[in-house]
Amino acid sequence: MSEAAARAAAVIKPKVGSEDWIMRAVLVGIALYLTVSIVLPLYAILSKSFKNADGVFVGLANYAKFFSTPALFWSIENSLTVTLICCVIVVTLAFIYAYALTRTCMPLKSLFKGVALLPILMPSLLPAISLVYLFGNQGVIKDWLFGHEIYGPIGIVMGECFYVFPHVLTIMLIAMANSDARLYEASDALGASKIKTFFTVTLPGVRYGVVSAFFVCFTLVITDFGVPKVVGGKYNVLATDIYKQVVGRQDFEMGAVVSMILLLPAVFAFAADRIVQRRQVALLSARAVPFQPRKNPAVDMGMLAFCGAIGLVLVSVLAMACFASFAKFWPYDLTLSLKHYNFDLMDGGSWSAYHNSIELAAWTAVIGTAMVFTGAYLVEKSKGFHSGRAAMQLLCMVPMAVPGLVLGLAYVFFFNAPNNPLNVLYHTMPILVICTVTHFYTVAHLTAVTALKQLDAEFESVSRSLKVPFYKTFFRITVPVCMPAILDISMYLFVNAMTTVSAVVFLYSPDTALASIAILNMDDAGDVAPAAAMGMMIVATAAGVRLMHAGLTRGILARTQAWRTR
Amino acid sequence: MVNDNDEGAYLRVRDLTKKFGEFTALRNVSLDVREGEFVCFLGPSGCGKTTLLRAIAGLDIQTSGTVEQAGRDISALPPQNRDFGIVFQSYALFPNLTVKRNVAYGLENRRMPRAEVAARVAELLDLVGLTAHGDKYPAQLSGGQQQRVALARALATSPGLLLLDEPLSALDAKVRVHLRHEIKELQDKIGVTTVMVTHDQEEALAMADRIVVMNHGVIEQIGTPEEIYAEPATPFVADFIGTTNFVDGEVRPGGRVAVAGVVIDFGSAVDGLAPGDKVTVCIRPEDVRVSDGGSGPGIAVTVTDVEFLGSFHRCHVEPVNGAGFGRGVDFMIDLSAGRARDLDIREGMSVTAALPPEFVRIYRPMGGV
Repeated sequence: MSEAAARAAAVIKPKVGSEDWIMRAVLVGIALYLTVSIVLPLYAILSKSFKNADGVFVGLANYAKFFSTPALFWSIENSLTVTLICCVIVVTLAFIYAYALTRTCMPLKSLFKGVALLPILMPSLLPAISLVYLFGNQGVIKDWLFGHEIYGPIGIVMGECFYVFPHVLTIMLIAMANSDARLYEASDALGASKIKTFFTVTLPGVRYGVVSAFFVCFTLVITDFGVPKVVGGKYNVLATDIYKQVVGRQDFEMGAVVSMILLLPAVFAFAADRIVQRRQVALLSARAVPFQPRKNPAVDMGMLAFCGAIGLVLVSVLAMACFASFAKFWPYDLTLSLKHYNFDLMDGGSWSAYHNSIELAAWTAVIGTAMVFTGAYLVEKSKGFHSGRAAMQLLCMVPMAVPGLVLGLAYVFFFNAPNNPLNVLYHTMPILVICTVTHFYTVAHLTAVTALKQLDAEFESVSRSLKVPFYKTFFRITVPVCMPAILDISMYLFVNAMTTVSAVVFLYSPDTALASIAILNMDDAGDVAPAAAMGMMIVATAAGVRLMHAGLTRGILARTQAWRTR
Repeated sequence: MVNDNDEGAYLRVRDLTKKFGEFTALRNVSLDVREGEFVCFLGPSGCGKTTLLRAIAGLDIQTSGTVEQAGRDISALPPQNRDFGIVFQSYALFPNLTVKRNVAYGLENRRMPRAEVAARVAELLDLVGLTAHGDKYPAQLSGGQQQRVALARALATSPGLLLLDEPLSALDAKVRVHLRHEIKELQDKIGVTTVMVTHDQEEALAMADRIVVMNHGVIEQIGTPEEIYAEPATPFVADFIGTTNFVDGEVRPGGRVAVAGVVIDFGSAVDGLAPGDKVTVCIRPEDVRVSDGGSGPGIAVTVTDVEFLGSFHRCHVEPVNGAGFGRGVDFMIDLSAGRARDLDIREGMSVTAALPPEFVRIYRPMGGV
């Protein structure tokens, strides 16, 4: 018996196989990458905000200066004002738009879905430039503002609403798609009116989606830099303040302080959104029956009119920018020409900027997709090593909470430090790639995790029992089966790398100028039409990539995923 | 429960304990599986049977305790260093590979010449009767066919141990019964030592050489299907396998027990109990002997309900004297169709129910059944 007791007490320490070591090493490698590319830079910018120009620790002196300078701290109020107005407008509009797309029999649904996604294809600078052409001093429909100026809060709100609409709509569509027809049938059977059903079934069902959309909208608007840069005028917001402090006044310390202040609401909105999303999960049971809308001519036509109006606005903004890029000399000579596309003659722009953008987007898509998918796979499918996986999961979420401007400025402090061996990267293409991959890491990671969670949890167990190393199963099974998601991730990274301005604006050098930066600089230099032209190049490229992605996905589904069809 | 000197044991589990944080999923589990044996782990969900299987496979290694396979201590080894094939409830077939490539998956990694792999795959597909479906994808197969592909894949590398984790529970009832025979036949043919986890007692009784009945992380009984059914070691086993009547009783002097107001002599079944002990008397519905009313030996009961269940009738009865069987549970008697016809059994009828001592098992009062 004593022998048995001794055996029972002996705790078994599982042997870690060589495969597990490989997995852990790769996981640690990616975690280290994220540490270097986000945690350490954040620390650098935080500590910078407590130092003076000579690098001496001054405590809260910089913050005291910020709050004693009205021109600076009024930006907080300005930022919050325009952001909250945008949230209310966009969430309301997107709610109705999503309702029309999911819960009515409105015609032309797929057209409206496509039109609503147009703003995703452009840097936020472009709609702002378009607004200048529409409502600026020489604007086409300047009178519609009743004498008010586009430069200022009005312009910012209009531009931001355009820019964030597709992002908010996407969340709304997901929330609305998760509906259970049985609840509507029950409500009908109990004799509730349409209005009552709306308030007792529809609204409660999507309330988490609405809250989540609100927070996402809040974060996108308050951290956006492109729109206020172009149409902000004298109306200062936090995002433009960072840029002005750093680029205009070379006051890096104050830039760091404003960054920290901008980081706060972004982090708060991010945390709130995560909490809300966690609640959403339990809402829909597996047995739910999808809702099938029924014809209701009055509602359907009303919705068509509403979506038509929104769609018209979205298209007009793009069309205005497009036309402006081809008009010879706005507003005096409207004959079409390609002269604004001759970027090499412009101040602050060149065709090489466009090529750099393509290069950056390609590298970001390739490296980012490989890293994100591998990281997500290891977090989801590796065994043991709980602390390592939990840390990795946390690291993957950090980038989403950090505004691009803050990230870019943090890179300046971290990678430009003379005592950092990584400072050889500064002003090179690799640092732009690193910054962009990291900036968009979280959404890509979540897409990968969702795809991986749909795989049978026992694929890895089976291949271990068959003594097939995990990496073979990864390349032969996991990657091919997840190919649609992998393509989604690479397209997302490519398009965002094309359109991003905020993070890279502090990091480019003359040799690595980007198309989106060129828009900014040409607009600054007064070459507004060439800026619009460069914007159109980005739109065309992003649209081309999206079409290619759609074709590729269809092709792959038809060929390598023959198993999906019976 | 386990003979420590069982030299013939192929798989030897000793004092296995598995904790998930504060929760103990397995508590000091020990068992032996002989070479070529088909053993079922049977129990309700959450009893620890799958945890035990996964510990044997090395997929979730135990907190303490040892596992030996073919004389080798594999307690701490990762799955790839053990020798087993496994079939999961979901089958986990690779959806992007054809049936052939699925079966060949473990072989291709062993530097086996391509012709040999093809030959082995053909042999296995023949074994499971899927030769015609080799070039299809899993999604194009029925559930039963997918299950057989998973089986072929698990057997491809000729493992010493075959582990089956609820392999039939995702299938229709008819297919399940059919595959049950097929798996058993296949196992007999190739003689691979097999451990199967199931919550379906019928499946376990039909397939297993020996059954390990588990509950709350401990083994309740190990035995052949006949032993488990006829001589359940605990009230839990009696209740979980088949249907059993539980009746409150009290021991009286002379090896007799008072049940429902009647004192019955159960002979040796009462050994080791003292007069005055409260006990639970168990008997299966089909073991109760029924005769026409009158005053023969046994309990006079009134039939309150008769259920027609195809090949037999199930009668629910109450003692005539109003004493009740205790526990608030129905007392059931199963009668073959012929016997029911002979007795012309009907609701409201009074009959005498005898409890033959050889079929009665007496337990000390238990906690929760």
